[in-house]
Amino acid sequence: MTVSAWQAFWLIVQREMRLSFRRPEQLLQPLVFFLIVTTLFPLGLSLQLSLLRDIAPGVLWVAALLSALLSLDFLFKSDADDGTLEQLALSGHGLTLIVAAKTLAHWLVTGLALVVVSPIVGTALGIPIEAFATMLLSLALGTLTLSWLGAIGAGLTIGLRRGNVLLSLIVLPLATPLLIFGAAATERAVSGTSVAGALYFLAALCVFTCTLAPFAAAAALRITME
Amino acid sequence: MWTWFYKLASPPYVFGVAASFRPWLFGAAALAIGYGLIAGLGFAPPDYQQGDAFRIIYVHVPAAIMSVTVYTVMAAASAVALIWRIKVGHAVAAASAPIGASLTLLALVTGSLWGKPMWGTYWAWDPRLTSELILLFLYVGVMSLRSAFEDPAQGDRAAALLAVVGVVNVPIVHFSVVWWNSLHQGATIVTLEGPKMPGSMLWPLLSMWLGFMLFYGAVLCIRVQGEVLNRERQSAWVREAIKS
Repeated sequence: MTVSAWQAFWLIVQREMRLSFRRPEQLLQPLVFFLIVTTLFPLGLSLQLSLLRDIAPGVLWVAALLSALLSLDFLFKSDADDGTLEQLALSGHGLTLIVAAKTLAHWLVTGLALVVVSPIVGTALGIPIEAFATMLLSLALGTLTLSWLGAIGAGLTIGLRRGNVLLSLIVLPLATPLLIFGAAATERAVSGTSVAGALYFLAALCVFTCTLAPFAAAAALRITME
Repeated sequence: MWTWFYKLASPPYVFGVAASFRPWLFGAAALAIGYGLIAGLGFAPPDYQQGDAFRIIYVHVPAAIMSVTVYTVMAAASAVALIWRIKVGHAVAAASAPIGASLTLLALVTGSLWGKPMWGTYWAWDPRLTSELILLFLYVGVMSLRSAFEDPAQGDRAAALLAVVGVVNVPIVHFSVVWWNSLHQGATIVTLEGPKMPGSMLWPLLSMWLGFMLFYGAVLCIRVQGEVLNRERQSAWVREAIKS
């Protein structure tokens, strides 16, 4: 039976999602981490809600970045350990396509989940409801971009024993523009000024990584899978 | 026409070229840096606003420019090594990374020492300062990725890919002063209207820049020789080279 590239893409996305939902604890851990980290800030700073509102966008974004980083570790790991990734690479469909499908599925179960729970955190940190639309959109764009960047990092560190720390060291510097523009967009939405500029920049970063990162991540896997 | 390019792919040839260029580069670097230091620290007039404190520019600006230049060289060498599978490219990239990281650190340290009297603070979360700091992290990431693999050839190629990916930061460092309202001053040397600096201040600075570039070339020659020797230690020509 032969499958077209498009069918293969969706088959991999479906397989990844099904596998993720069979290990729900793996999905929940980054989310719980996200909630705990954002709780720690008010506890550590013991601020009034009005002051908290000023730092809320930054706290939200830093916590989201760290939690997304935490889940990147299992993007390729289990498939690389049991040889599935090699079989997929030999399937005749390009590695770029496979990487793109896996990363998209990974974002659907981790990044999008983060976006869904962010209103809870936003409310707790005192972000007004009017700013939620911008916050959700910027987080969605930001986590998707981070997934693509993370795919490169995860591909590069796959066979390494202490790859997790190195993965953060590689991905976080590349992710700083995301943090700057994402937090700026949310902050401007809170203060009620124009958010278009920061959102356009986030969208541009997202398109840029969507188009180029799959090739880079596939090249990374070709280097490390040998 | 391409013979010189093919020759550069041969480790013994590169080893020889580096050995013969090295003394000349060191000599020229000493002359350029020597003139720059004497003229810049001794004879250039003090700045009307900053007084004598501006003289740190003669170390800060060349170091900052070279931190980006070295990264570009490293990424270009990595790309050459990945695309044409030229192993010498990895040697050049591996040799450049520590030099570039040191220059980035030098730019950051001199910048913060200059910032204290001028801006009243050692550090500000300003786009150019932050992107320079990110450049340092990128260097560290490339170096630690290279050393994390047990198979050196694999580490070389992984680090090369990361270096090429990280090149997106280079235009950000360069244009950060233009794009964002920055505490850091804008371009003063290379502008459309020509340099915004009198010649007595400018010539020593350009000489320091040239000197830093030559010094990088000279140190690169030493390090590339070391890298090539280490990588080719099993081959016959290395035994010959060490014996003679």
